[in-house]
Amino acid sequence: MDTKQELSLYTELLKEYVDTNDEKILYQAEQFSRQLMQDGISPEEIVEVHFTALHEIIPDMDQRVRDSFYFLIETMIYYGMAYQRYFEMKEEEISLRTEIDVAANMQNTLLKTEIPNSEALDIGAISLPARQMSGDYYHFVQDDEKNIGVAIADVSGKGIPAAFVMSMIKYAMESFPDNRMYPRLILKLLNRVVERNVETGMFVSMFYGLYDTDEHKFYFASAGHEPGFIYRHETKTFEEIRGKGLLLGIEKESNYEQFELDVDPGDVIILLTDGVTECKSGDRFIEQQEVLEVIQKYIDLSSDKLVENAYKHFERLQDFQLRDDFTLVAIRRKDEKEV
Amino acid sequence: MKRKLSSVPITKELDIVGARQTGRNIANDLGFGSVDQARIATAISELARNIYLYADEGEIIFQQVEGVAPVGLKVIAKDSGPGIKDISKALIDGYSTSGGLGAGLPGVKRLMDDFDIISTDDGTTIHVIKWLR
Repeated sequence: MDTKQELSLYTELLKEYVDTNDEKILYQAEQFSRQLMQDGISPEEIVEVHFTALHEIIPDMDQRVRDSFYFLIETMIYYGMAYQRYFEMKEEEISLRTEIDVAANMQNTLLKTEIPNSEALDIGAISLPARQMSGDYYHFVQDDEKNIGVAIADVSGKGIPAAFVMSMIKYAMESFPDNRMYPRLILKLLNRVVERNVETGMFVSMFYGLYDTDEHKFYFASAGHEPGFIYRHETKTFEEIRGKGLLLGIEKESNYEQFELDVDPGDVIILLTDGVTECKSGDRFIEQQEVLEVIQKYIDLSSDKLVENAYKHFERLQDFQLRDDFTLVAIRRKDEKEV
Repeated sequence: MKRKLSSVPITKELDIVGARQTGRNIANDLGFGSVDQARIATAISELARNIYLYADEGEIIFQQVEGVAPVGLKVIAKDSGPGIKDISKALIDGYSTSGGLGAGLPGVKRLMDDFDIISTDDGTTIHVIKWLR
């Protein structure tokens, strides 16, 4: 519809309404205003259309009433600009979103890690960002002797800056030799990388574990990361896996104490980020006990099903809107009969 | 073809009103409708206020031009103020420092059809045109 047609339709509707006061005409006016919106007609133009139409209906309008319309048009100019700005912003938003989508895809490609196929272990991992880009990360390496290294990390903050830092950490880790790197050493080296390259005020927490598939020992160290758990198959209870050490990036030289655990058949090691433990149900943070209850509920499933079901549970608990990046890793020592 | 119609010096706040009035009268004479008159007047306000706030003195010049349409009104805002350091930034919404809900240069750009700006240490000249359609 061009402006002329719009004007004549407006005039018609207005005439009809003035004569009949019919609600049906008001409904048509509502439909018409949608059309005007779609055509990008701004508020001051509508005032002018109204004035012109009114002039046709009441040719002998008081001069003061006429003047008042010029006054109104002037007053609407800024609204018109805001309206135009709204359309421009919508376009800008679409292009920004596209750009972020591309970045998020790129992050997924960059941070991709294969879950190792192990004869001794059944491993599952899930990691989902609260926004489009994640500040959480997990990483697996398997050496020639089939030992498995696992890292789980969380950058303070979310979104794009956190994602940048994570990519850096991944590449630092990939530059390490594949053979049997001990957790305390890996954290020490990564601490240097983060301290040198990341601006102050951003920190990384990381838990690093090395699973010796021959001895079934789990070596681990933690840089200020959320404690993990080991589920003891025999007693059906959880034990906390807690390390000691500063977050990465705080001090130039940090040392990380290394611990070890014996893992029995059927035991499950659970590693997570605070996106799991700081899930909120309404305004309330959930208790550690609740996290463990959820995990225990699915503990007899395969590890990938365990993490998936646990995630779905917490996702629902938070009304399907993650408040923080969410990462959960489960490593189960297979039973004798599975091996 | 262009024809200088008038110019209004800007040295005090009241001159903004004078520039608006002159611009509106010219726009009316050239045949612009009431909405376009109001848009032109608002653009002149923004330009004149910038001169008043940042340059102390300058002028608003009105020219009749022809180009993409047979008749256009060109408004030139000229000052000898400190200049705009980063024009790209000044044309981003929300960057304007003239305070309040001022539409700033992005607003002027929206209100008019053509927009051009040259700024050096010796001052700023902004050209805007509204075409009569």
